[in-house]
This record gives sequence, structure tokens and C-alpha cells, in this order.
Amino acid sequence: MTTRITVTVNGEEHTAEVEPRTLLVHFLRDQLGLTGTHWGCDTSNCGVCTVTLDGTPVKSCTVLAVMAHNHSVGTVEGLERDGKLDPVQQGFVECHGLQCGFCTPGMMLTARWLLDNNPDPSETEIREAISGQSCRCTGYENIVRSVQWAARQEVTR
Amino acid sequence: MTTVDKPSMGFGRMHRKEDARFIRGRGTYVDDVRLPGMLHGAVLRSPFAHARIVSIDTRAAEAHPKVKAVITGKTLEGLKLAWMPTLSYDTQAVLATDKVRFQGQEVAFVVAEDKYSARDALELIDVEYEPLPAVVDARRALDPDAPVIRDDKENQNGNHIFDWTAGDKAATDAAFARAEVVVKQDVLYPRVHPAPLETCGALADFDKVTGKLTMWCNTQAPHAHRTVYALVAGLPEHKIRVISPDIGGGFGNKVPIYPGYVCAIVGSIVTGKPVKWMEDRSENLMSTGFARDYHMSGEVAATRDGKITAVRVKVIADHGAFNGTAQPTKYPAGFFHVFTGSYDLEAAHCEVTGVYTNKAPGGVAYACSFRITEAAYLIERLVDVLAFDLGMDPAQLRMKNLLRAEQFPYSSPTGWEYDSGDYPRALQLALDMVGYDEIRREQAAVRERWAAGDRSGTLPGVGISFFTEAVGAGPRKHMDILGLGMADGAELRVHPTGKAVLRISVQSQGQGHETTYAQIVAHELGIPPDDIEVVHGDTDQTPFGLGTYGSRSTPVSGAATAVVARKVRERARLVASAMLEVSADDLEWDGAGRWVVRGSTEQGRTIQEIALAAHSSLELPDGVEGHLDATTVYNPPNLTFPFGAYVCVVDVDPGTGQVKVRRFVAVDDCGVRINPTIVEGQVHGGLADGIGMALMQLIAFDEDGNCLGASFMDYLLPTSVECPSWELGETVTPSPHHPIGAKGVGESATVGSPAAVVNAVVDALKPYGVRHADMPLTPAQVWRVIQGSPLRTDLAIT
Ligand code: FES
Ligand code: FES
Repeated sequence: MTTRITVTVNGEEHTAEVEPRTLLVHFLRDQLGLTGTHWGCDTSNCGVCTVTLDGTPVKSCTVLAVMAHNHSVGTVEGLERDGKLDPVQQGFVECHGLQCGFCTPGMMLTARWLLDNNPDPSETEIREAISGQSCRCTGYENIVRSVQWAARQEVTR
Repeated sequence: MTTVDKPSMGFGRMHRKEDARFIRGRGTYVDDVRLPGMLHGAVLRSPFAHARIVSIDTRAAEAHPKVKAVITGKTLEGLKLAWMPTLSYDTQAVLATDKVRFQGQEVAFVVAEDKYSARDALELIDVEYEPLPAVVDARRALDPDAPVIRDDKENQNGNHIFDWTAGDKAATDAAFARAEVVVKQDVLYPRVHPAPLETCGALADFDKVTGKLTMWCNTQAPHAHRTVYALVAGLPEHKIRVISPDIGGGFGNKVPIYPGYVCAIVGSIVTGKPVKWMEDRSENLMSTGFARDYHMSGEVAATRDGKITAVRVKVIADHGAFNGTAQPTKYPAGFFHVFTGSYDLEAAHCEVTGVYTNKAPGGVAYACSFRITEAAYLIERLVDVLAFDLGMDPAQLRMKNLLRAEQFPYSSPTGWEYDSGDYPRALQLALDMVGYDEIRREQAAVRERWAAGDRSGTLPGVGISFFTEAVGAGPRKHMDILGLGMADGAELRVHPTGKAVLRISVQSQGQGHETTYAQIVAHELGIPPDDIEVVHGDTDQTPFGLGTYGSRSTPVSGAATAVVARKVRERARLVASAMLEVSADDLEWDGAGRWVVRGSTEQGRTIQEIALAAHSSLELPDGVEGHLDATTVYNPPNLTFPFGAYVCVVDVDPGTGQVKVRRFVAVDDCGVRINPTIVEGQVHGGLADGIGMALMQLIAFDEDGNCLGASFMDYLLPTSVECPSWELGETVTPSPHHPIGAKGVGESATVGSPAAVVNAVVDALKPYGVRHADMPLTPAQVWRVIQGSPLRTDLAIT
């Protein structure tokens, strides 16, 4: 049994047949081929699956694809616009905010959301914002610096 | 602040080349690889820690419309694949035939059209078990009445695996007999798991027509895997290609060969289709390479004024149900015998006994540098216990006993030759950075208030850890894994236009090899890093080598890269001599990419000009074949010995047992730093690991052998709010035997940091008379320690 859903992903509309139990993360990865969104746990803890749903970060392993029907999803693949990197992406490169890169897409999407809502966050606010997402490589230090770098970039723009 | 300079011609800060794909979501991790017709595998696992398998009924699963194959131990027995060798010359069941020996052990493998159906079909397999008593407590594994776990092995009457000793027992006992002071402490380093965010997985594609197996797998050691597959599956090695794509963190977890990989291969052979198997998180935590589980009993002999003379250690090492640790063959306890640490001792001795228990196999994983994590933790805890008993300041006690710079190269009482170091300088820097005296003053004030009866607020604690690492395994004469010597190849080819391709045997899991190895070549040849492509992680495209773990990439493969670049440079010299029509002896390297005529530096040729000429019709001297390339195999003469001094400051709330890490200062000396930004990033990550292990990460078991750390709800990883902003310092003592003086750093912080955190918490609890407490120092454990009834953390019992 499948259900037809229409989801706008990174501004582009996709219509597809899915099993009702299909997780959004699997829909994005396996059906749309958007493998920048990762998967890392069974319990909604790690946050490597983070995408935005109507602009708000969600863990896509904890959302059914059918729940995204008629909604809009943002993934890492949509951060770069017209060949121009998002300042958050640049920040991660500038400040070595990633090592293995597995948590990075989710971290960047949360950072983007944070800066959209709080253009000049304190270090504590940045740490709070990403506290639902794990990183095993960076000890978070350079992720925080990357977000700060992006914030500075945007404030001075 | 991290500052990133412009890309340099060699060493220094530069942006990572690999970032371009990762920040766009364009990395290729194994689960991102999709092949036409690909099927999906799933593993059925044992719910019991120890049970006899009475029967397995797979009929209902086979009848599932989307299922293509169901494989059991019986199927594998027919193929002689039910058991496979481990990296420690033991055997491990691929799929259980007779018994299950740990909770989560592999029992059956389903191949289906999609991953959801594969999981559905697992539910349809009916296994009848007859539960057996489980061996959970490693300290009881050798009891005469303990159930025998490995009754599959001939002549295995109990749960004993090995006894191993190092050092001079007689000299050590004599030093103890003479000692003015002896302190003793049992120290548990409980079982933890590296838990990289990407779980383990593979995609096996066996082509019946060509007989070629292509194996995408997130392994840290693709070449070693290829050889083992050849040995296990009887496939010819030249028909096996292992591709290790981008890896989402490894930390040692991705060194072994797991049953799921073998099942994926069999699944592909049976179905004629590519088969992907990705474990889920519970499977990862329950069944793949764990770390530590060392039950240590340590003693220190010292003079009354704090000069340490000897150390004596007994260890029970819990290796789980199959001895699957990955370490050099000669060293069943890894490099644990570096436990004398950074101190100048007369004598030392250790006895390690390995035992089987009904737990997942493994033992060497999680950035431990082959058990140095355990060793460093033990000695640093013991030194603090000695300080406690003598009423001495732990910083002063360390200063008094640290090896002095003039003692290097230093031969340790357990047989190591430390290559270089200046320990007091590193410790002093760390103490200065943290403002040690000031913090002690603050602490004294709080303790005074506390003693006067005002017990509000938190207790500050300061913990120090000084560690010596031994990395870069290893000299191949002494170090091999499954008979494969631990030397690594490198191959460098400079194209006619002066762009180069470097092929290496090691495999990045986030370390940034594509950047740092290009920097090494740039440093040696003057070719810009952006003009150098680094190829790794594909056995068809790279020279043989043992892979990335034990912080061995820079010490071994980094050295191979420098050596191969120097070979190319020498070849270039001969070509340049033909170009300039001068003798090669009259040329000198200008250090920036040109061979120049000695004494007239404007006369010279750049490496790019030389590359073109090497491929041209230029007449070359006799014996020079043309083109500009070279290969090498690097066999390290010794390990390298990075070291560091860490200071942690915590605030402990005695009312709740909550520990807050206020500050963490880490001074690392890893020799020459190729890319300081990457070095610092690796240290940051390891420090977070240290906080995780010291305060929250734990794989415990209940009395029936049920794993109590089987998800991220129970196995707690440190997040951004538990971690402080790390404060890093550095000293640089080059390795005298490494071609570029580098030592390796990947695991230093994981090795050094847990002791600093634990020492800080124990120090904070001094007003309660606390001398030691076992990790992890969760609020419950701290609270129980204050009450005088600490938990036995590994068993989650009181
Ligand atoms: S996959 Fe771990 S939170 Fe979604
Ligand atoms: S960069 Fe590896 S998990 Fe964050």
C-alpha cells in the first residue's frame, strides 16, 4: 500500500508514491537521491538527519514522509544558491567546523535557522541551538566558531 | 581563535580540500552508494547473552514476497564460512550455529528488495533458544564453576584467553620491598564504544562472469580487509576490490571485519545482485568493536618525599565472547605496557589476563592507541592517589617525577624507547595557562568555608594528566596484524604539466588526508597543494598498507609520503642536470620547488619544468628512465612518542552529583605540525571524548548479560553544552627519526583527557575524603561516592 505525496524540497515540488511508514529521511535519501541528509541513530538523538520543515529544524528520522505532504523541506543541498555558498557553509570551511562531515549538513541547517531568527547569537545560544545534535569529531569548538564567523559575515553585510 | 592563513606551499594552516563536497552534502558515504538492482540485507540478532540454539525456522521469512534469500549458520557451514578468523588469531561466528554467546550476536541474514521488507522478514524468523547462565562479570570469568563460553574450541576448558607480562618482575618486587611508601588502587576502565555517527556498513557486488568482488565498505583498513576476505572466502585477492569511500567517523570502530560484511558478500554471491547492509545504531553499540573493559589493580612504590620508584599492575581484560581485538600480534594487551607513563622509574611490571565473557567481542577501538588509553588513565590516577596519600600537590609530584629533556632517547623499564620530549616544559605551560596557583587559592577559600559549615554552592576541583603516547605502529619486524607487517606504501606521480597524484594506503575518517598529504608533498617538492590529488581508500588504486588507526597515518604513511616525494626530487635532479647540462652534483634544492646550480641560483629549473622535460624527448643520463614518479614502502624504525599536559577544572554539586566542566587546558606536543588547524581540531574532538568517557559514556550489563547501553538514549554522548570552550597550547619537539619530525596526534586527547577530568572530580570531592572513583562519574555515581558507596559501574549494580 502506498500513498501519493507532494513535497516541496529546496523549492522544487516532488510528487511520489510512498509507503505510509516511510521516514522522511529515507524518502529524501532513497527516493529523491538527496543523500546529503544522513542517518545515525534509532532514537532521535544524534541529529545528523536534521532538515528544515517549513523553515524549522526537525529530525527527519522522526517525521513520516506523509507528514511532509504539502509542506516545504529544506536540506543541505539547498543551502548554496545560484552558485553562491551560504555564509554558514563558508564559516564551516573557514573555521574547520567539520572533520568527517557526517554531522555537518544537520549542523549547518540548524545554524542557518538560528541566524535567521537571531542574527547575533551569543556562544551560549549557539551551543543551545545545536545541543540536540551530536558531533563525534570536532568537540563542537569549531562548529561554534563557524557559526560565529557566519554571523559576523551577515551582520557586516 | 582559529585563523586560516592563505594556502601555503607546505606546512601551515590551509582550508581542507575535502570540505568543498561535505558542505554541499556531496560526500559519498557507503550508504550513499546505490547500484542497479541492489538488494538490502538485515541481520537477525540474539536476544540472549548465552543460549543454545535449538532450532531456526526460516520458512515464513522465505515466503515473504520481497525476500530474495535467508542465510543462516547452516547455509554458511555448507560454504565453510560459518566461522571467520578475528584479528587476534581467534575465531568468531559469522552466523551462530551452536550457541549464541552475546546479546546482539548475528543469527540469520535476510536479503530483500528494500530495507523495510528485510526488517519485516526478520520478524518472521522463528528461533528457539535454550538460555544458559551468562558470564557477565569479568572478575568471575575464571571461577571454576563459570560456564564455558567457547566450547566450540578444542581444549578450551575455561574462559581464559591469555596471560601476558612485561617488565622485570624481580626488580619490581625488590623496589617494592625497599619502598618507604606503597599505594594501591583498583581502577576500572569500563567498557565504552566509539560510536561514530555513521554506523558500519557495506555494499557487496559479486560479478559471477568476471569473478570479481567489489566491496564498498566504510573500513579504516581497506587493504587488510581485502587480504582477510581472500583468506576467509577463498576468493583470489586480485579479484577483490575494496572501496572505502567517505567515512563518517571511525575511531577504531571500523577496523575489524564484521559478520554483516561477510553476510553481504554471501548474499551477493547467492542472489547474483549487489547487497547492501547497514547496521542500525543499536546493532552498532551492541555488537561492534567496543573499547577498554580493563579491570586494573595498580600499585606505586615511592619515597616519603614523593619520588616514584616502581609500578606494579595486574589486569583482567574483558575481551567478550570472541577475542576480536585488533593489535599487533606480539602484544595481546596492545601497548598497555607503556603504563610507566611519563615518569622516571627504576622498575615496573604488569600481568594481563584476557578472559572471555558473554559480551560483544572487541577491545581495541576508540582512539586508544592500542590500550595506551587504559595505561595513561591508570598511571595518572595512581599518581593522584599517591599525592592524596602523601598530602602533596599533584602538579609538584608530577614535576618531581617527570622525565627530563636530557634523558631522551629514553629506555623505559618495560622496553620502549621514547624518541624525544621535554615534559616539564609542557606541564609548566599548561599550569601557567590555567592559572594553577590562582585556582588552588580559590579552591582553598571554598574548602575553608565548607569546613566552617557553609556548604552551599559547588566544589571546585582541578585535575592534571600528563601522558606519553606511543604511535605509528610499527617497525614491521616487531609489529604485524594477522601476519601482515605494519608498513605502508606510497606512490607519487608528477604529470607532464607538473600536477601530481599521490596514492596512499591509509584511509581518512575525517582526518583530512587529502589536504595534509598534499601539504607534505608540497613541502618536499614545491608543488602547490591544490595541484596535488591524493587518492586513497580504493585497493585497486592504491599501494598496500595497513590503514588508519592507532594514530599511525602521519607517523607511517605521512613518512612514506615524504620519502616518496624525496625520491621524486632526486629523480628530478638528474633530469634537471640534463636540462642544464651540468653535473647533478652541482645542483642544489632551493627548498621552494627548484633545482638550482650551486652558486648561481638564477640558473635553475622548477619542478614543473623538470616534469615536462622528464616526459619530453630530452636526452636523459644513462639509467634515468624518464617520467617523474616513484614508489616506496615505509617501515618505521621506531614508534613516535607524542605527549601532553592537560588540566581540567570542574565544579561539582555535592547535592545532585552534577559535574560541570568549567575549563580544559590542553598542551600537546605532537612534533612538527603539518596543518595546525587540523591538529587542533583533532585535539578538540578527543577532549570531548574524554569528557564523554569520564562523565557519561558507558556500556554496562545487567546480571543476565543484557546490554544497557544499546541506544543513544542510554549511551550518552557529550553535546555542545557539556563541553567547555577548549583552551589549547603547544610545544614542538620533533621526532628525530620521522622524515619530517611529525609524531601523530589523532588519539592524544582521547588518551590524555579522561584522567584529567576524573582527577578533577576526585579533587573536588576531597572534603569528603574521596581518594578514587570509577568512571563514568554520572550524577548518580558522584552522589553515591559522596555517600561512601560507589557503584560498580560496569555491572550497573551497587
Ligand atoms: S537519525 Fe539520529 S536523530 Fe535522526
Ligand atoms: S564532523 Fe564528524 S561527526 Fe561531526
